[in-house]
Amino acid sequence: MAPSVLLLLGWMLVPLTMTIYFSFLRYNLLDPGTESFTGWTNYYYFVTDPSFTDALINTIFIFGGVLFITTIGGIGFSLLLDQPMWKSGLIRMLVIAPFFVMPTVSALVWKNMFMNPVNGFFAKIAIFLGLQPFDFFGQAPLLSVIWIISWQWLPFATLILLTALQSLDRDQLEASEMDGASSFSRFIFIILPHLARPITVAILIQTIFLLSIFAEILVTTNGGPGTATTNLTYLIYVQSLLQFDVGAGSAGGVIAIILANIVAIFLMRMIGKNLE
Amino acid sequence: MRAISNNRKALNTAIALTLGLLMSFPILWILILSFKSELDAIGNPLQVLLSGWTLDSFSVVQGRSDYLKHFSNSVIISLGSTFLGLLVAIPSAWAMAFVPGKQTKNILMWMLSTKMLPPVGVLIPIYLLFRDFDLLDTRIGLVIILTLINLPIIIWMLYSYFKEIPGEILEASRMDGAGFMQEIVYVLTPMAIPGIASTLILNIILSWNEAFWTINLTAAKAAPLTAFIASYSSPEGLFYAKLSAASIMAIAPILIMGWFSQKQLVRGLTFGAVK
Repeated sequence: MAPSVLLLLGWMLVPLTMTIYFSFLRYNLLDPGTESFTGWTNYYYFVTDPSFTDALINTIFIFGGVLFITTIGGIGFSLLLDQPMWKSGLIRMLVIAPFFVMPTVSALVWKNMFMNPVNGFFAKIAIFLGLQPFDFFGQAPLLSVIWIISWQWLPFATLILLTALQSLDRDQLEASEMDGASSFSRFIFIILPHLARPITVAILIQTIFLLSIFAEILVTTNGGPGTATTNLTYLIYVQSLLQFDVGAGSAGGVIAIILANIVAIFLMRMIGKNLE
Repeated sequence: MRAISNNRKALNTAIALTLGLLMSFPILWILILSFKSELDAIGNPLQVLLSGWTLDSFSVVQGRSDYLKHFSNSVIISLGSTFLGLLVAIPSAWAMAFVPGKQTKNILMWMLSTKMLPPVGVLIPIYLLFRDFDLLDTRIGLVIILTLINLPIIIWMLYSYFKEIPGEILEASRMDGAGFMQEIVYVLTPMAIPGIASTLILNIILSWNEAFWTINLTAAKAAPLTAFIASYSSPEGLFYAKLSAASIMAIAPILIMGWFSQKQLVRGLTFGAVK
């Protein structure tokens, strides 16, 4: 196992050390040769920049909104797909297909072909019904981004919960039914407790990915209008690769790592238990 | 099992099918639009359905922006990183599953923790290292990065499959006089192949769709399909038929692989926490 440990150790330590080191430097790629140690200045400017607060709020809204939709939707979808039906394989594939669509495709297809206020699918339907087309990215940019990301992750939650449902003890369900339990109380007392763990796992794993949403924002809004859809990942990208401010970008990177670690600790505990 | 009435089953099927069609509607819709002319594609939905069919968009996409180059970049990057990852991971996972030491569990957890590192946290160092080593906009650079980011998933998935191979079967084969090599070739490998195959498929899907590193570390030469499609965020993306054709070609291979790997996907993405 040595080679993989060494590789991952290198992958982790080298860039991480560099990020932390850069975060304490005055370092701009446009101004090479002037690197100097500045202590916590980068952190101070990064955190007090109003766009940091915006980005933090947007990050929380994106992952909160997406998690809400995918968790509630995922429970509903998986309960439905768990029912006896014909062609279940085909139907399941239709439901989870969005998960396999690359982020840039799903973002662009939704933005240009569905949410475009002139020629988009929704605009056409609105005009057909005699309504005013809604300018999704003009009026509700953050919600539109949340919608697109939810479309990609709802299948993931559904798939995990469906897999978990299928390992549910059927005898227990039937027994409770014979004893006169209503389908509502069966859901509350048997199904939901059984799903508690997979729901937590689905939420934690999605959180890891949702904190790092990037491509969907890049191709739809470029973080705008203003900072309306800029999340932490996108802000750091702008700072470092568009404004070439390595120091501030690195300080942001360290903050992103710390935030992700808070989530990671919970997730690792859940997974770790499974190793026993 | 109770008998379930056909009526009930038909109702379930109808509801679930409607739901499935709604969820995959954007995909089905671009599939239709990709076979339409640019003019028909911006008509209202009814006109779109009734208009004639054409293959023009596919050839235009290829002619205008060399689609096949980006496609082959995607293939090389995703297959390259997957095989490289398997090469490194199979011996590791094997050792951890069959000769676990005291630290095995900790090492596994630590490997998993590397996956929790947000990519943007190390964007700058990686970008600068790539610049200094002339790896920016090269396929080999992306192969290396994608191998590293997916290595924990590969190891975990293989580990969970290898772990399920019962140790007794090894003892039995030894009793029957199998040597160490025979044990590996005739007993373990055949049992491990399904696990390795599903790991391979999941990893190809993940690498194919990876859209942070592929966009940030490539320009014209090594750009895979994720970056190619991102270039349609310009006004060019308002040519619906072309955008549809490019998108369909970009997602079709993965949708087909996804069909075969639904179950394994769950195990791989939850690191074995849900099976």
